[in-house]
Amino acid sequence: MSKPRTLFDKIWDTHVVSRQDDGTCLIYIDRHLIHEVTSPQAFEGLRLSGRKVRRPGAALAVADHNVPTSDRSRGIDDEESRIQVETLERNCAEYGIEYYGMDDVRQGIVHIIGPEQGFTLPGMTIVCGDSHTSTHGAFGALAFGIGTSEVEHVLATQTLIQKPAKNMRITVEGQAHAGVTAKDLVLAIIAKLGTAGGTGHVVEYAGEAIQALSMEGRMTVCNMSIEAGARAGLIAPDETTFDYVQGRPMAPKAGQWETALAYWKTLPSDPGATYDTEVTLNAADIEPQVTWGTSPEDVAPISGHVPNPANVSDEGKRDAMRRSLDYMGLSAGMAVQDIKIDTVFIGSCTNGRIEDLRQVAALAKGRQVAPGVHAMIVPGSGLVKNQAEEEGLDKIFKAAGFDWREPGCSMCLAMNADKLAPGERCASTSNRNFEGRQGRGGRTHLVSPGMATAAAFAGRLADVRDLG
Amino acid sequence: MDKFTTLRGVAAPLPMVNVDTDKIIPKQFLKTIARTGLSKGLFYEMRFDEDGKPKEGFVLDQPAYKNAQILVAGDNFGCGSSREHAPWALLDAGIRCIVSTGFADIFYNNCFKNGILPIVLPKAQVDMLMDDAGRGANAILSIDLKDQVITGPDGGTISFEVDPFRKHCLLNGLDDIGLTLEKADKIDDYEAKQNHSQPWLAG
Repeated sequence: MSKPRTLFDKIWDTHVVSRQDDGTCLIYIDRHLIHEVTSPQAFEGLRLSGRKVRRPGAALAVADHNVPTSDRSRGIDDEESRIQVETLERNCAEYGIEYYGMDDVRQGIVHIIGPEQGFTLPGMTIVCGDSHTSTHGAFGALAFGIGTSEVEHVLATQTLIQKPAKNMRITVEGQAHAGVTAKDLVLAIIAKLGTAGGTGHVVEYAGEAIQALSMEGRMTVCNMSIEAGARAGLIAPDETTFDYVQGRPMAPKAGQWETALAYWKTLPSDPGATYDTEVTLNAADIEPQVTWGTSPEDVAPISGHVPNPANVSDEGKRDAMRRSLDYMGLSAGMAVQDIKIDTVFIGSCTNGRIEDLRQVAALAKGRQVAPGVHAMIVPGSGLVKNQAEEEGLDKIFKAAGFDWREPGCSMCLAMNADKLAPGERCASTSNRNFEGRQGRGGRTHLVSPGMATAAAFAGRLADVRDLG
Repeated sequence: MDKFTTLRGVAAPLPMVNVDTDKIIPKQFLKTIARTGLSKGLFYEMRFDEDGKPKEGFVLDQPAYKNAQILVAGDNFGCGSSREHAPWALLDAGIRCIVSTGFADIFYNNCFKNGILPIVLPKAQVDMLMDDAGRGANAILSIDLKDQVITGPDGGTISFEVDPFRKHCLLNGLDDIGLTLEKADKIDDYEAKQNHSQPWLAG
C-alpha cells in the first residue's frame, strides 16, 4: 500500500517534470490565464531574449482590470489603460494566444471566464499573474497567482520552478444558517486563521458546509484563500463539480468525457491522508460577517461591535488596529450596524457570478436603495450580464435604484474610472479592504452580496436576515 | 538579473505589520508596460498627499535613509496582490534586501526573481535589527549571502536560512528561464506522456 495522499499531493505528483536533489521541482502548468496588467513586461522579456511561447493553446487572455464598466462604444478614455489593453491584444495576436476583447460577449474577469468556458478543469495546474487565481481551486485544480517573471517563465517553458507547499485542511462542519453564504464562511475562516495563517500552505476546504456549496459558492471560498496567505485553496471535485463542467465550450467532449471523469474521481484525498495543519469551524456558529478594518482578517459578525485596540496584547497588532480605525473613521466599541455607508459595490471575481446577482434580485424586489447611496452592480462577465438580463434581473435592479454596468474588475481595485472618493465608505462584495484599495482614502467593508444589498437599502451596515 | 553576493548599506526601519502590495505600490502605477522607473510610486500614499505634494516624515524620505538599501519590516510583508511592480519599485529605489519575521509567498518569490534577498528571522532578531535600523545613517548592516550572515553596526552577527537553489541563482544572477530551457527534452517527454494519459488537456 502506498502512503495515503491528499488532493494536493496527487495533483503535485502528477505534474512533476523533474526533481532536484534539494526537493526543488519543475512543475508542468496545464493552463495559463493572462490579463493586461501583469503580462506586458513578460511578453517584452520574451521578445528581448528571442524566445517563443511554448504552447499558445494552453493560454487564454482577457482584458479586465482596466476596462470601463460604463458605455464602451468610445473605447477607453484613459490613455495608459488603453495602451495596456491594446498591448495585450497585440501580444496575443503576435504569439497566437486566444484573446477575448472588450466587444466579445465572453469578456469578463479572468477568474470568472475560465470556469465559465470550461477552461478550468479538475486535476489541472492553473496559473495567472493575479493572486485571486486561487478561485479555480474550487474545481479541485491546483491554481495559484504568480508574478510577471513567472508569467514569462510559463509562456516560454509551460513550467514553473517550485517546492511543494504544506498541506492544510479547513473543515467547516454542520450546516450554515439561512442568510449565511460562502462569503461569510470564508470571512470567518480568514478571521480565525489570520491574514498570514495560510502562508506556505495549500488549503483544502472540507466538511458538510463546504460540500453543500454550489460551484459558485466554492469559487467564492477558494478565491479568498490568498487573503489568509495561502498559496492556493482546493475543494475535492464531486458531482456538483462534474455537473457544472459538463457541456462547457472547452470541457472534454463525449468520448473523452468518460475518461476524464474516471480520472477526476480518483483525485479526492485518500482516507487517512495527513495534513501539516488542521483547522475546524462549526457553520452554526457563523453569522453574516463584515470587515471593520483594513486587513481581511479584521472581521466581526453583523451583530457585533468594532473592537478596542486597548484589549490587544501584541504591540504590532495593537498599532495596526489603531491605524485601521483611524483610517476607517471608526471608534472602538461602536455597533457594526451603526456604520453608515455611501456606496455599495456588488461584483468582482469573489462575488460577480449569476447566483450572486440572483441573491441581490431576490432581496431587491419592492425595495429602494436608500437616498444618497450609490449602489453599483458589475457583472463578472458578458455572459453573466446576458444571463441576468435574460432572467429580467436588470429590470429589478434598475427599479430598485441600482446602477447596472458592464463587466470587469471595476471598483474591486479601482484601476478603471470606478473608484471611491477620499472618506467615502463602501459595502463591497470584493476581496480586499486594504487602505486605498478602492480609491485613495476610500473605506471598504467586505460583505456578502446579500449583506451588500441590505446595506444599500438601509444606508448603513445591516443584517440581511432582517430583510426576510 | 543582478547578482547578489554581499551588501553593505543603510537599513531603514518599517515596523508596520501586514504591509500589502497595494501599499507598496498603488494601482495607478500598474498601468505601465515597462518594469523600470517605478520608484516614483513606492509607498506613494504614505509619501505624497492627494495633490501629489510630498508629505514629511516617511522613513525613506528622511535624510539618514535616503540611500537605504535594506528594509527591516514588520510581519507578513508584501501580502495581497501578486503585482511584481512591488519588488520592481523597491529595487528601483535601491532596496536589495528586506528582513522580516515573515513574507507573503508570492511577494517572497518575486523578490528572488529580481535580485532582492528577503530574509526571514525570528521576532527577537528582527526586533534587534529594527533597533539597529533606528540609528539613522549609522544603521549600517552587512549581508553576506554566501555565508548567510548579517553583521550589525556593533559587529554582532546573525545567521539566516535561505533555500539552496534560490541562493545559487542569486549568487550567480541566473536566469531561471534559461535554466529551465536546458530541460526542454524532459518537458517534451512530459507532454507526450500527458497527451496519452490525459488527452483532453491536449490542444
